[in-house]
Parts: sequence; C-alpha cells; structure tokens
Amino acid sequence: MKDVFISADTIISPLGFTSETNVSEITQDHSGITLHNNIATSPCYASIIDNRKLDKAFSKFGNAKAYTKLEKMMILSLQNTIFKATFSISDKTVLIIATTKGNIDALNNDFDAERAYLPVLAGKIKEFFSFKTEPIIVSNACVSGVLAIAVAKRFIQNEYYDNAFVVGGDIVSEFTISGFQSFQAISEIPCKPFSKDRSGISIGEAAASVAISNINTEKEAIQIIGDGSCNDANHISGPSRTGEGLYLSILSALKEAKLEPQNIDYVSAHGTATAFNDEMEAIAFNRAKLEHVPLNSLKGYYGHTLGASGLLETIIGMHSIKNNRLYSSLGFDELGVSMPLNIIKNITKTKVNTFLKTSSGFGGCNTAVLFKKVNL
Amino acid sequence: MSKKLNILSYCKIKDDKISLNGKVIYQDHSNDLKSFFKNCYKNLGIEYSKFFKMDNLSKLGFLASEILFKDLNLDSSIKGNVGIVLSNKSASLDTDRKYQETINDKDNYFPSPAVFVYTLANIMIGEISIRHQIKGENAFFVSEKFNETLLEQYASSLIQNEKSSHVLCGWVDVDNDKYDAFMYLVTEEESQNYSKEIIKKLYKEN
Repeated sequence: MKDVFISADTIISPLGFTSETNVSEITQDHSGITLHNNIATSPCYASIIDNRKLDKAFSKFGNAKAYTKLEKMMILSLQNTIFKATFSISDKTVLIIATTKGNIDALNNDFDAERAYLPVLAGKIKEFFSFKTEPIIVSNACVSGVLAIAVAKRFIQNEYYDNAFVVGGDIVSEFTISGFQSFQAISEIPCKPFSKDRSGISIGEAAASVAISNINTEKEAIQIIGDGSCNDANHISGPSRTGEGLYLSILSALKEAKLEPQNIDYVSAHGTATAFNDEMEAIAFNRAKLEHVPLNSLKGYYGHTLGASGLLETIIGMHSIKNNRLYSSLGFDELGVSMPLNIIKNITKTKVNTFLKTSSGFGGCNTAVLFKKVNL
Repeated sequence: MSKKLNILSYCKIKDDKISLNGKVIYQDHSNDLKSFFKNCYKNLGIEYSKFFKMDNLSKLGFLASEILFKDLNLDSSIKGNVGIVLSNKSASLDTDRKYQETINDKDNYFPSPAVFVYTLANIMIGEISIRHQIKGENAFFVSEKFNETLLEQYASSLIQNEKSSHVLCGWVDVDNDKYDAFMYLVTEEESQNYSKEIIKKLYKEN
C-alpha cells in the first residue's frame, strides 16, 4: 500500500486567515471566543468570523455576494492550500469536504433553501476550482474533519486517487446554538476543557484545509500512519461511560501504525468541556495508557467548530511537529476528570515526532488518527 | 494479496415495498411513509421500543438493517466488528426542517433536544450500532445521487486494510415524503462478486 503524506494547510478562523497567523495567536494565548448579543435568544459566548473581514479577503478571488459564509470560508482556505501544494488538480485528485451542518442557515436566510443540500455546497466548491472528479462529502457529526483525513488516506493508500484536497468547515448558526442550548450544553463563560469548573461548550466557526498525497517532496514530511473510527454502541447523544469507541479507535490506529502508547509524543484531544465528554476521554486515554502523554484541547481558542474541528486541530498538531512546540490547553486550571491526564499548561519547547488526534461526536462516533514526522 | 469480496445479502425499501435479495417480502398501500414504516415494524415482528422515538431517516435505516441481520444471523463476535458505511443525498434535512420550525418564531420557541439529536444523518449509524452492539468502523457520506463507486471503494478499503471483515453498506434517504433505502452486507469470500457495476445493478433492479 502507498505511503500517504499531509502537507500544505490553511486555517480560516477569527484568529486569522492563514495557519501561521493562527499559530502565532495561540502562542500568545489569544482566543477567538467573545460574547455575542445577537446570535441567540440571550447573550452567548462564541468564536465568530467577522463578515466584513471575510468579504474583504474573499473579494480578491470572487463575488462575495454570490456565496454563503461557509462557502467563502472554505474557498478562501482551499485557495491558499491549493496554491501552496506541490501538486495540481488532476483527474486523480479528489476533493473531500467535511461538514456537520453545511449551509444550514439557508433554511432561514436570503439564499435559496436548496443551498442547504450538501451536494449543492460541494458543487459550488468544485466549480470554483474546476475539480475534475466528483467531490466526496463526509458528514459524520463532530468527527467529520478528522474522519475526512482518514478517508483521504484510505483512498490514496488503495490507489483510487493519487492525492486529495480536504476542506472542513462549519458556521455558528442559531440552529446549532439553540440545539446545544436545548441540551443545556453551552457554557456561560468561555469553555474550560478538562477543568474542574467546566460547564459546557462554546461554539465556534472555522474552515481548514490540507493537501494529502502519495508523493512527498519536503525534506521533513508528515506521514499519516494509522487511523480508526469506531462506534460506542451505547447512546445516540451521551458519551460512553467506558470510552469504548474512542479506546477502540485509538487501538486500531496504533495497531496499524505498529506503535506503542509510549511512542506518542502528543495527544490533540477533542475536549469539548462538557462534563461527560471530557470524563469519557479521560477514561479512554487511560485505558489506552496515554495518561502521561502531554495533551491539550484547542477548544479554548476556537470553541467547538464542529465538522472543522478535527481538521483545524490536526493542522495545529502539524505545526507542533514543525515548530517543536506544544501549545497550552487554554482555559485549563485544575483537573476535573476522575483519571489522571498530562494537560499542557504552558507552551512547551520539545521534540514532537508523533502525535495522535482524536474526535468524538453524537451518534457514538469516534475517530483517532496518528501522524509522524519522517526525514527523507 | 488483495482479498476477494462478495455481497452476502441485500435489501431494498421503496414505494411501499420491501425486498430481500430480489424477492418482495412485504408490501402494502400506505401511501404515507410514517404508516408504512409502522406497518413494516409490525409485520416484520420487530420488538424494539426505541424505534418509535427515531426520526424517519433512522427508522428507515433501522428497518433495512433489521432485515439483513435477521436474514444473515451472524455470529455475535463477527457482528460486533461490522463496519457501517451509509450515504444519501439529503443528509438529515428532513428533520432539520422540522427542527428549524421550532425556532423560527420567537414567540413560539420550543427547540427540543429529542428533535435536535436527529439533525445528524450519522445518528442512524448510532441507532443500528446500539441495537446490534456493533463497535466497528463508521462513515457517513453525502452525494448528489447514489454513488456505487464510493461505496465500492470505501468498503473495499476497510476490508483490504483489515479494519473490518464485514461491511454494511448502503443508501438511505428521506426527503419530505420520499424515501429510498438500499443496503447490503459485503465480506471476503473465495470468489469475487463485488464491483460498482454489481452494486448499481442491484440498486436499480425492481
């Protein structure tokens, strides 16, 4: 089977419109989460991209009025990633789109309601960049972003495609905010993953994209070496009490990569900051013997960006490898889960060769993907 | 050495009719998906009270998977690791629209977690996994129309990469009053009988 490498990357978030500006902002502990008065029935903390800034950046490439906010975010992200990639779009290139809710705001705004169909969204992106093959859309709740990386890896490994551009994105909408509020899952303060006084999630919006290929041209490359996406088979909305699906996903990824838990330098966790999710992750990481590995959740910087989160957080992990730096788990103070975890409190300079990215979501879904630095 | 794959069983639910491996096993004239799904549940002798809490998409996917698992009667150790790869066109839009109605009017605002949770198409995979205690690989894809190439390639990659020994694949779509389900189980066998052409032929047959 072919080796698969991940390279060019772009994050579009309230913290900036390139991965580099995003990394620089999180290095300074800046968060995109602020109080918003007009996105829900009551004031609510969320991480939201400024529409004027987005339109200004987008208008260099296209008509900002012709595209929805999510489409603009995804196109801007891909524009830069495609520009930076060492390959160009061919008939062996696949576009993979990860989103949880897509243009859900089209059910209640000036755009045609048809725009809420995910294939319509995908069609807009395909057309913009003239992709030659049918886009693949992954919509698997909050694991969509990282699952899309695993999907790209499998398609390239098995030689169905030579390379892929993967983009993930979701917006903050009244739809998702009201839904999480109905679950009483939204925090009244910016979210505090894994902390004792955590009280729920903050929602965020972002788009993130990467280039994935069977050929690597960089001296220091990052290879995708294992993955797993297993179900809890326990509850459609509640995290498993035993962390079963996440644990099985991690085992599956480790087995494929032929690695032991002690070979992992860093865990980029999901860490939504709900009481049950973070507890579930702590149990799964302990079952997988990863409790000593430095770990963070990046939700304190971005909020929960749903289908974008796994991809965005993978990109930060890639920059941890490149910069030999582990970024702090913003919002964390005192450990508030029943099992030990090695949460990164301050930015740390250290060699990072191998990292694990995990996500979990409604429907009992979980995904774990392993990445490794290779020197060619 | 690449493994040889074969479809063990397939099921279709459409136009008030259920067929299993090409033979009609239930039919009525409900003309309404809600009553049809309820009649299917009764006539197939299923006992699973959670069924009535599900949205229409999960009900449809659940019914198709019940028929296949009953037909195949897999050993629980095999069943526990089945991969589930489902797809459709409308994701969860059918339920999304119903949820949106609960938040459109600020004077009549009643968002419900019981509805919101079904605004994700992969909840259907969760429901099937819970029912049969399946902790295998999961993925939910969305495409403009039935995409046999995607199903063929992804299920093959799961089996070739030894992530799954058996994969439950299919298309389950509900959009307003239209519904269409096609589901099959594929595994490694001595002879190859699995290709995008075969999948498409089975999906198209009446």
